Amino acid sequence: MKKELSVKSVVAIGIGSAIFVILGRFASIPTGIPNTSIETTYPFLALFAAIFGPLVGLATGLIGHTLKDFISYGSPWWSWVLCSGLIGFLFGLIGKKLRIEEGIFNKENIIFFNFFQIIANFFTWSLVAPTLDILVYSEPSNKVFLQGIISSVSNSLAVGILGTLLLKAYANSRVKKGSLHKD
Amino acid sequence: MNNQNILGYQPQDSFIHRINASAKLFFFLVVSIACMTTFDTRFLLFVALFSVALFKTAHLKWQQVSFIVKFIIFFSLLNLIAVFIFQPTYGAQLYHSKDVLLSAGYFTVTAQELFYLANVALKYFCTVPLALLFLLTTDPSSFASSLNKIGISYKISYAVALALRYIPDIQTAYWNISAAQQARGNELSKKASLMTRLKGMVNIIVPLIFSSLERINTISTAMQLRRFGSKKKRTWYTQQPFTKTDFCVVALAICLFLTTLYLFKLNHGRFYNPFN
Repeated sequence: MKKELSVKSVVAIGIGSAIFVILGRFASIPTGIPNTSIETTYPFLALFAAIFGPLVGLATGLIGHTLKDFISYGSPWWSWVLCSGLIGFLFGLIGKKLRIEEGIFNKENIIFFNFFQIIANFFTWSLVAPTLDILVYSEPSNKVFLQGIISSVSNSLAVGILGTLLLKAYANSRVKKGSLHKD
Repeated sequence: MNNQNILGYQPQDSFIHRINASAKLFFFLVVSIACMTTFDTRFLLFVALFSVALFKTAHLKWQQVSFIVKFIIFFSLLNLIAVFIFQPTYGAQLYHSKDVLLSAGYFTVTAQELFYLANVALKYFCTVPLALLFLLTTDPSSFASSLNKIGISYKISYAVALALRYIPDIQTAYWNISAAQQARGNELSKKASLMTRLKGMVNIIVPLIFSSLERINTISTAMQLRRFGSKKKRTWYTQQPFTKTDFCVVALAICLFLTTLYLFKLNHGRFYNPFN
């Protein structure tokens, strides 16, 4: 891992955070169940981290979530901001094993990606987020764990459906290795 | 469309506006952390009154923040109710005593629970006015330089500056793509089924990401040509030297933080317990 961030990573973090803010603000899809909506920010983060790597994923999650909370509620919910960073980092690690840059995202990759994204989501939102909520905000544990499980399920679904579609669309737009033939 | 609901810098001339952005950021962060960690009611009450008073001095118009304030009040109430419903005995556990005010089976109201909920509510009054104040009185470009000044690497600071700079552009791009897709028959309203809406969303996000990837290439090339990142340090156009007032602000923040540490010792923990 390079210690210094490249110029491209710096710009990617900036623009990625801006997209995170806009998607978080305007592009949630209500499911019909009150107070639960499908977040489009995490599928986006999955693709973005897969393209630019875990460090950009981490910073985009942290900065994007902080700014989004700031701009829409005035004060960030720090424990969940940290978790957004963590999930960005994990998405980046998963993305490293994929080869979407080469235009490959087949069935095997889809299963691999979804298996690990579900683990990452449950680890982050059902384990780390509630623990931080208790440590930082000292809230009752059964409330925060229920909240955590609900968001794990909805985020894994969102990343599973939208994230897979986004990765597929991105991989399709890349030029496949060895796609040029001599006539 | 929906633009009025985004908070941003409001240029004006007031005491708060003139404070150095780094000092303001430092104050906001340190006091927020202090309020987050302590549950001492006396301290929270003091900071809450202080931050509401500060808010008054900035001469911000009520219309600028009314939407957000109502929104926050609604959500914090919702959160308080949820905390109560899930564990009405939590307060009694925390304060090791139980004074029943209203006995109703599972939902028995104790003085301790109400006291705990009041503390949680007070925390909102401590941090929300400060956060709004910081956001509304600080120029985004001096925000980046102030991040650098409090010790965050300038590359990350610059990324934050870029994000703030490009939020309006991405927002415009988002609505343009959305309108274009709707003109092509992309249904996103509640009339469509969930799956159709999800696919509609993909139709917006994919072009948004692709246009942004191009944007990233252009910007990073431009920055590379200007030799961004070749030195260990950089200067900021908007950076201003500290004045006496700024030092006072920083000192006050440190004082408040030390107070919480002292209270931590005094209360033998995070919670101030009036029930003993």
